[in-house]
Amino acid sequence: MSNQTSRPAGSGRANMKRELPEHFRSYKHVWVFIEFEHGRIHPVSLELLGEGRKLADKLEVELAAVIAGSGHDALEEVAGTTFSYGADLAYIIDNPVLADYRNEPYTRVMTALVEKYQPEIMLLGATVLGRDLAGAVATTLKTGLTADCTELAIDGERSLAATRPTFGGSLLCTIHTLNYRPQMATVRPRVMAMPVAQEGRSGRIVEFTVDLKEEDIITKVLDFLPDTANEAAQLAFADIVVAGGIGLRTSENVQLVRDLANALGGDWGGSRPLVQKGWIPAERQIGQTGKTIRPRLYIAAGISGAIQHRVGVEGADLIVAINTDPQAPIFDFAHVGITADAITLLPALTNAFRQRLSVNRLAG
Amino acid sequence: MQIFVCIKQVPDSGQIRVHPVTNTIMRQGVPTIINPYDLFGLEQALRLRDRFGGEVTVMTMGPPMAVDSLRKALTYGADRAVLLTDRVFAGSDTLATSYALSNLILKAGETWGAPDIVFCGKQTIDGDTAQVGPGIARRLGLSQLTYVSGIDDMDLTDRQILVRRRGDHGVQVLRSQLPVMVTMMEGSNEIRRGTQADALRAARAEVVKWNAATVGIPDVSLCGLRGSPTVVKKVFAPTAREEKAEMVATTDQSPVAMADALINQIFTRQPALQDDLLRQAAGH
Ligand SMILES: Cc1cc2nc3c(=O)[nH]c(=O)nc-3n(C[C@H](O)[C@H](O)[C@H](O)COP(=O)(O)OP(=O)(O)OC[C@H]3O[C@@H](n4cnc5c(N)ncnc54)[C@H](O)[C@@H]3O)c2cc1C
Repeated sequence: MSNQTSRPAGSGRANMKRELPEHFRSYKHVWVFIEFEHGRIHPVSLELLGEGRKLADKLEVELAAVIAGSGHDALEEVAGTTFSYGADLAYIIDNPVLADYRNEPYTRVMTALVEKYQPEIMLLGATVLGRDLAGAVATTLKTGLTADCTELAIDGERSLAATRPTFGGSLLCTIHTLNYRPQMATVRPRVMAMPVAQEGRSGRIVEFTVDLKEEDIITKVLDFLPDTANEAAQLAFADIVVAGGIGLRTSENVQLVRDLANALGGDWGGSRPLVQKGWIPAERQIGQTGKTIRPRLYIAAGISGAIQHRVGVEGADLIVAINTDPQAPIFDFAHVGITADAITLLPALTNAFRQRLSVNRLAG
Repeated sequence: MQIFVCIKQVPDSGQIRVHPVTNTIMRQGVPTIINPYDLFGLEQALRLRDRFGGEVTVMTMGPPMAVDSLRKALTYGADRAVLLTDRVFAGSDTLATSYALSNLILKAGETWGAPDIVFCGKQTIDGDTAQVGPGIARRLGLSQLTYVSGIDDMDLTDRQILVRRRGDHGVQVLRSQLPVMVTMMEGSNEIRRGTQADALRAARAEVVKWNAATVGIPDVSLCGLRGSPTVVKKVFAPTAREEKAEMVATTDQSPVAMADALINQIFTRQPALQDDLLRQAAGH
């Protein structure tokens, strides 16, 4: 969509100097939009508080959580949680119209809040909700929005440097919004580390009211069908993940990945081409446009290690790569590698792990 | 009923290479395709037209060669195609793109009738932002329905539409009011094989070509590079980690020997993981 992401480095724009207009200079503070749906805070919002805290400290400004929904007690409780994860203050917008997420009222609320309190940075999760909302809010405010960032930093001129993988498979680009505010960015779940909660940390609550009436909202929520304990939803949080790529050669061989995951009590997934071929369901895709994982052990079998895959797995404690090609890029970021045929090595690994773990059971 | 479908011509993703020295993307000779996410919107549009009557217009903003993608869309059965092409749009980010496309939609609406539904791809495979659809909806005041997994019903008399929308924790059943902007979930349908008649028609059809002036863009300073608030400051290759992967090698090249050596290496590096696995195994 953004044509610029495919523009080569060193093109004219990179050197363009842009000033921040006077009326934006008063924009201060870092905001994190808190996704609070069906009584749950989305973990990505807490991860963003951790990241937002660092940005706010660097800028020497406050970190605010923005909490919208219906039911004052619940929202105050959420505010308390955000304080322990690093927020200095929380804006609470309580209105029955905000009970279920809908684009229209949420966009109205967020736009009004930005216009009143003028943040310099606003972060949202790159979830279904966050993407739906961020695009609408940024367009209404006519400001810049960078999607799916993998790194956020503040440069020498107090500008947000938002880095994301770019088109083509092996490049990253850093995007700035120089002459508009707020600078908006979305980050996918699990890309940033979950901060440690500090019990007893507190903050201020600022109530914000907007005139919202149900009659004025065009789209109505008729029903909500919650996901049943969807096993694939656990992939992002699994301690051990085994994944396969095109090196598996056939859809049947996906079973070899599942078997190893099973033996280790872990979860499994694959690279994007496997989804495109219909070998694995979309929710099993790992990478930039799939799940980001942060397991203790990640085993990648027959995966080349393209940047879009890499950004989804880099948070793993130990990355083990199995590939027939000793030059495969995955060996540039894996910790342990082996040049081997995954199709014969995977079953051998499954057997060996099973044996070691069961021997111990007999002995212990 | 008027249905507009916004599409984008994108390079076939698997075939992109990066110049090893200059870090620039080598686009030459890379075949292009219609952004795969757009096809779910196109198919849904064709189904609605087949059921309720009316016309499907496909449109894009892009370079002159994007006409190929529009022609391809006609072979699937779209009724007409419009290309908005002009140098002023070069370098557009998502905000500038939604500005150009919303003006294109307005002009197309004046010409053939205002759209009841505008379909956009959920995201593209190159930019991958998912921002242009919402941007268009905001600018044109259309109700925004993203991540739609199915359109259950539509009533053209009272102008209502009933959809299922894939949320983060489940499916929302929504009722909204036309006109709407819809992005379809991948896998919600499959693009049809065009008929031979459509293929013949597409080959002969004239793709409507407009530029900034014919569309009547109110403010060209909001287009292209100039109209884009985001600035790409740096494009770079990811740094390799300090040390490369430690390679496990065995003299005995049998899978059993290699598996053994690999597991030893894993447990040496992650002793705590070994303990936990053993505990877990013992507990069962
Ligand atoms: C916008 C965009 C978003 C993307 N998002 C994602 C994403 O979220 N996730 C993702 O994974 N990809 C994503 N991709 C695709 C990505 O660029 C790569 O094309 C993809 O990751 C490659 O998958 P692969 O490693 O399975 O296949 P390949 O690149 O084809 O690699 C196969 C590897 O298997 C090895 N091999 C072959 N045979 C064997 C064998 N018998 N045993 C062991 N090894 C063997 C080969 O040496 C090779 O390294 C995206 C691309 C784009 C453009």
